[in-house]
Amino acid sequence: MLQYILKRILYMVPTLVLISVVSFIIIQLPPGDFLTSYIAQLSQTGETVDEATIAALKKRYGLDQPYYIQYFMWVKGMFQGDFGQSFEWNRPVSQLIWERLGLTVAVSIFTMLFSWALSFPIGMYSATHQYSIGDYFATFIGYIGLATPNFMIALILMWIAYSVFGASVGGLFSPQYVEAPWSWGKFLDLLNHLWIPAIVIGMGGTAGLIRTLRANLLDELHKPYVVTARAKGVPERRLLWRYPLRMAIIPWISTVGWSLPGIVSGETIVAVVLSLPTTGPLLLRALQSQDMYLAGSFIMFLSFLTVIGTLVSDILLGWVDPRIRYE
Amino acid sequence: MADEELFTKEELESSIEEKIYLASQWQLIWWRFRRHKLAIASGIILIIIYTCAIFCEFLAPYDPNKYDIRYTYAPPQRIRIFRDGKLVRPYVLGYKIEFDPVTLRRIYTPDPNQVYPVYFFVKGDSYKLWGRWEKDVHLIGVKEGTMFLLGTDRMGRDMLSRILYGARISTSIGLIGVFLSFILGLIIGGFSGYYGGTFDNFTQRAIEFIRSIPTIPLWMALSAALPPHWPPVRVYFGITIILSLIGWTWLARVVRSRFLSLREEDFVMAARLAGASEFRIIMRHMVPSFMSYIIASLTLSIPGMILGETSLSFLGLGLRPPTISWGVLLQEAQNVRTVALSPWLLLPGVFIIITVLCFNFLGDGLRDAADPYAR
Repeated sequence: MLQYILKRILYMVPTLVLISVVSFIIIQLPPGDFLTSYIAQLSQTGETVDEATIAALKKRYGLDQPYYIQYFMWVKGMFQGDFGQSFEWNRPVSQLIWERLGLTVAVSIFTMLFSWALSFPIGMYSATHQYSIGDYFATFIGYIGLATPNFMIALILMWIAYSVFGASVGGLFSPQYVEAPWSWGKFLDLLNHLWIPAIVIGMGGTAGLIRTLRANLLDELHKPYVVTARAKGVPERRLLWRYPLRMAIIPWISTVGWSLPGIVSGETIVAVVLSLPTTGPLLLRALQSQDMYLAGSFIMFLSFLTVIGTLVSDILLGWVDPRIRYE
Repeated sequence: MADEELFTKEELESSIEEKIYLASQWQLIWWRFRRHKLAIASGIILIIIYTCAIFCEFLAPYDPNKYDIRYTYAPPQRIRIFRDGKLVRPYVLGYKIEFDPVTLRRIYTPDPNQVYPVYFFVKGDSYKLWGRWEKDVHLIGVKEGTMFLLGTDRMGRDMLSRILYGARISTSIGLIGVFLSFILGLIIGGFSGYYGGTFDNFTQRAIEFIRSIPTIPLWMALSAALPPHWPPVRVYFGITIILSLIGWTWLARVVRSRFLSLREEDFVMAARLAGASEFRIIMRHMVPSFMSYIIASLTLSIPGMILGETSLSFLGLGLRPPTISWGVLLQEAQNVRTVALSPWLLLPGVFIIITVLCFNFLGDGLRDAADPYAR
């Protein structure tokens, strides 16, 4: 097991390096370097930039050097906790991203748990009660969930909440907790608000999970060993839990791992609509104003998180299904 | 039914069986596909949607950019066919406009005194069909008054016309994007499945890498890098390329696994022994036998493209006005208060859902029919 985990972690390293390269390319993508846009922005507001500052900034980010040296300087800076400067906010990127990333992680994990908790019983019910009204209903909702863009669900939910209850459902905290330091009360308040984004983001993914579990479980349920066990008088409940479910759950767990990029992806856009204080809205702003160090860092960390999440699910899979470890 | 009595049961079965043996692969696929009623229905709806997209200039009652500040956020007008309890030529009722004294918002109510009959082939706003022929005939319309069947937006533009024009952009971006990913996926997946080895290993890692990055943030970053001064057509193709840069991985996987399993088949070996060239083996023998799978996977990956474009445009990072796409139209619905007062702004979303649903059903049906020799 330990060997398997180590191997997986080792596999992860090139991926992380590649992600950092891609993020660096993204930072470099907009025409002109960020310093030009910074100076342009400053002179727009009427401030003047003295030559010494420009020279210092140029040196700090190695803008006069070739790209690959700039990349290494950027990576080196990251190991020292320096992710560059956000020009829109005029603060170091490292000050801006952590709380937002933390909340993104919270929303993503909560969404994932939510879609697990929901898809497992529904998938099981759909498979054991194939072609029942409940099954058709779950399938129908599932298809709608797959076909509706996340932000549409968010919009519709907000619209209903607004016109029926007269309340807005955006945000992750009640007004009195937004600026408050972390406390037990704030945490409970967060949990109280988390379920709406979780439903909205998890809808599509949950539908996929339900379908996977249903299909796998149906395959198992028609196998001869199940018939044999039933003929021998094993009680239905025990029969289901003991064998077919354990078989059917393996592909399901690997799907869970792959659903993480989708969740993070959906979180980004839903956060914009529901104005959650997570990475989404800030990333969008950063991209719109070409605040590239901020945007690049966000994309890098979001990708890192996804890769790590996938790793965790791989390890989980290796733990549940020993065959995978020896492949 | 009468035919059944002319044959004995055995004769009938053997003739059906004979038909199955003689049928070509595509014939078998069609017979199997035909049994999926939902997939057939979805296919028909998709054909209708695409036809509407192709002829949107003619079908739209108005020019999509024609604005009228007298009718901002006007609710949909219903086509009525009964008047004083009698069946008459279909007509719409004009608006009675009042102002809300507090919010100064316009309040529209149907006015039974303003009756505007609806006619076929009405002369209206002029347009250029497919950018070529100058015309001014619209399928339906009114000769006087207004006909906003799906309401208007904040500038008094007809939503129905805008949705029809948006269909052209939104549905075609899916097709073109999938076509591009298809080419990439076929080449890369084909090579890696046919030759295997280092190249295969490399592409597999690359695919895993691309799939591990959350797509929307990456799409957002790439499309934000498109220069803002680009003309709409170029932005359109830019977005399509960005969408397919990520979309090809899924197809490459399908192609690769098909190649891997077919490579060991007897007929490939036979072709090789008969001295066929590699190119001929691939194009003449292998591609036809997995084409049906590819078509099914292609159909299933179109929705992702459509949803991708819509999400990006909704965020303001994809297509931008004056280009009209369903995502651009939904941008108008970003504000909850506006949506609460004029819910018809969400209608483009309904069209997205219908299109995506149909592609999913059609793809599912095609996938089930793709291998007619199974079982």
